Amino acid sequence: METEILARIQFAFTIAFHYIYPPLSIGLGFLMVIFESIYIRTKNKLYHKLAKFWTKIFALTFGIGVATGIVMEFEFGTNWAVYSRYVGDIFGSALAAEGIFAFALESGFLGVLLFGWNRVKPWVHLVSTIGVFIGSMFSAVWIVVANSWQQTPAGYHIVGEGINVRAEITDFWAMVFNPSSLDRIMHVWLGAILAGTFLVLSVHAYYLLKGRHIEISKKAFKIALLVATIFSMSQLISGHSSADGVAENQPAKLAALEGHFADNEPADMYLFGWVNKEKQKVSGLKIPGGLSFLIYYDFKAPVTGLNAFPEDERPGQVNAVFQFYHIMIIIGMTLIAVTLFGSFMLWRGKLYNKPWLLRIFVFAVFLPQIANQTGWFAAEMGRQPWVVYGLLRTSEAFSQSVTDNQILFSLILFFVVYAILLVLFLYLLNKKIQLGPEDEELSDSRPLTKNISDILTTK
Amino acid sequence: METLLGIDYPTWWFLVVGALFSGYAILDGFDFGAGAWHLFLKKEQSRRIALNAVGPVWDGNEVWLVIGGGALFAGFPVMYAAFFSSLYIPFMLFLVSIIFRAIAIEFRSKEDGKLWRKTWDICYSVSSIMLAFLLGVVLGNVLQGIAIGEDYLYKGKGFFEFLNPYALMVGLSTLSLFMMHGAIYLILKTEGRLYTRLTVLLKRAVIFFMIAFVITTLYTLFFIPHLSDNFKANPLLFIIPALTFLSIANVPRLASKQKYLKAFIFSSFTISLLLILVAIELYPNLLLSTIDPKYNIDIYNAAASTKAMRTILTIVAIGAPLVLGYTFFVYRTFKGKVRLDETSY
Repeated sequence: METEILARIQFAFTIAFHYIYPPLSIGLGFLMVIFESIYIRTKNKLYHKLAKFWTKIFALTFGIGVATGIVMEFEFGTNWAVYSRYVGDIFGSALAAEGIFAFALESGFLGVLLFGWNRVKPWVHLVSTIGVFIGSMFSAVWIVVANSWQQTPAGYHIVGEGINVRAEITDFWAMVFNPSSLDRIMHVWLGAILAGTFLVLSVHAYYLLKGRHIEISKKAFKIALLVATIFSMSQLISGHSSADGVAENQPAKLAALEGHFADNEPADMYLFGWVNKEKQKVSGLKIPGGLSFLIYYDFKAPVTGLNAFPEDERPGQVNAVFQFYHIMIIIGMTLIAVTLFGSFMLWRGKLYNKPWLLRIFVFAVFLPQIANQTGWFAAEMGRQPWVVYGLLRTSEAFSQSVTDNQILFSLILFFVVYAILLVLFLYLLNKKIQLGPEDEELSDSRPLTKNISDILTTK
Repeated sequence: METLLGIDYPTWWFLVVGALFSGYAILDGFDFGAGAWHLFLKKEQSRRIALNAVGPVWDGNEVWLVIGGGALFAGFPVMYAAFFSSLYIPFMLFLVSIIFRAIAIEFRSKEDGKLWRKTWDICYSVSSIMLAFLLGVVLGNVLQGIAIGEDYLYKGKGFFEFLNPYALMVGLSTLSLFMMHGAIYLILKTEGRLYTRLTVLLKRAVIFFMIAFVITTLYTLFFIPHLSDNFKANPLLFIIPALTFLSIANVPRLASKQKYLKAFIFSSFTISLLLILVAIELYPNLLLSTIDPKYNIDIYNAAASTKAMRTILTIVAIGAPLVLGYTFFVYRTFKGKVRLDETSY
């Protein structure tokens, strides 16, 4: 029991920390592609500066994302040996595809993106930026495919017995497009783009408040706000579709999300609340029959409750799942409200003289991050007690030969290293923000030709 | 068992994983090696140039680790599970060092303070040395075998058992090999006094490697006889060690003629030949059990399904040329001596 809990804590800690960064990279990548494309079309140097400025911050998030991501790849083997054997056929395929198609693309072009401004033609640089962005999007695809298979296994059969029992691929594409893949990829993509976009909004709102880099910040803010508005609203549709999938494929998880115990009765939807597992009661503000309506468009439709499942096939932490899910929903709604209102004010030309509104955007950077984290916690804790839904229990999946002390050692090690990493990240992020997008002179000529022209003109 | 071109799928995967690890060792080998030399370079300007020699490529080099790890997971899940859970602490140290190294490269140039840069220089160099050394230690344990019992479970005493004399020797050999490899790479990327300094350092690296290599080889021949079985069974294979010796001898010869590009090619050859030697010594085993040979993990009992192996082989066949393509593109963009500009580290 202890080993299992420690292994889970270590995995949760390392993956949660990792997941701060890749979404930022995806989101920033998207905006960098937009900024750079506009620069190439309009030749307006401000967009060039914007692209360069955000590339520097991207380098920071990407670097930490890679370093903490490598840990994840090997942690399956170190801490979840039984799981790795069981799903090797499937998870291994997805991971190999991620490495070779996505990660290689990102890292290959990253060098040119970061260091190639003066070495390649602008359009070649744009192609590199797009390459890095597409690569990061596809990284997300393969990882979410692997995780979705754990939620809704498909395209496999079970072979072997005893220690050798495992899932084998029978249909690769059925595995890739398992019932929850597409919904969840969409949801993760949108969440990631929002995380990056809100960082851009936050930083430029800060500049506008401080009266610095006004012209460039207005341009950036406008584009980012447009993206944020469209994508927060899309996230609502994507979230709904995702919930529909959960209702169909993982009824126990759905019941836990809303704390719905009674089987075959209409289910309520809570705006917020607290679940008492012993009394099987939720106290809070609810829309009676709301969940039934959301799924069946009928307030009276019965929904499978937690009581329909044996005690040992229900998520253990119902209240935690409930809370994480509701935090995500509340944030999602808040993002829609904030971006719509912001867009309205922008349209009326009043946004930039409303310091309180800009201040909201400065702090809103935390919201998509929290929503991404809580969303994943709800998804993963809602899947318990299974590591592969309905097939393999988490309590059977960890490495039997690794001792508590070893995990404790590595957990402390990661904790210390990641704490240092976070402090450094925030320090350097702040430093780059203080330095601003205009710290260097404008010059898009290559250094070599520039030197030559200097020599020619001085003589 | 199904075959492709007369070779069964597990053997194909053995080759694929071996090729990926070999690519990884050649690529990350030179940047670990370059990192190991970092503190030997005294001037700030020299250190910046050395760092920027690996700056645009180290990240792409680590892709090979990610792909190699993924391929091992996909092709031999049983091996992936047993290997990483058995050598738990060495791999955790490896992962933490990878993180430290990455952040040292990223963060060093972000501040001008002396203490700041010195701290990151030490982090960068120490983690590079640790990584090269740990890779060798792990390899040494794989060659000797570890205490794998029934159910693919490790039954040994843990971390300190892995720090046995042989593993330490292989660790030092790996470190010295990478330092030689890295010194040549840095020579290719530098000029002037730094270049001259590095040519001196290279000579030391070659001596360091030769000594470590000879001791390790003799120890292997005398004390780990099971590794020679495949050679005795098939004497034609002795061509590989012969080529390895020639390739190693060629490195200092070419270096003394200042043909460093060729020397780099031959130090790369040396790395892959050494790994081919390892592969021959092990085949068809992946992880030998010191408890009982019946618990050995080999390419057959560790393999994924044929269907999965065929699928991923297709993925690799499509993906590998793409990876090689943009790796080539990046190296071409940054070819030649290092020039520092405002985007440098």
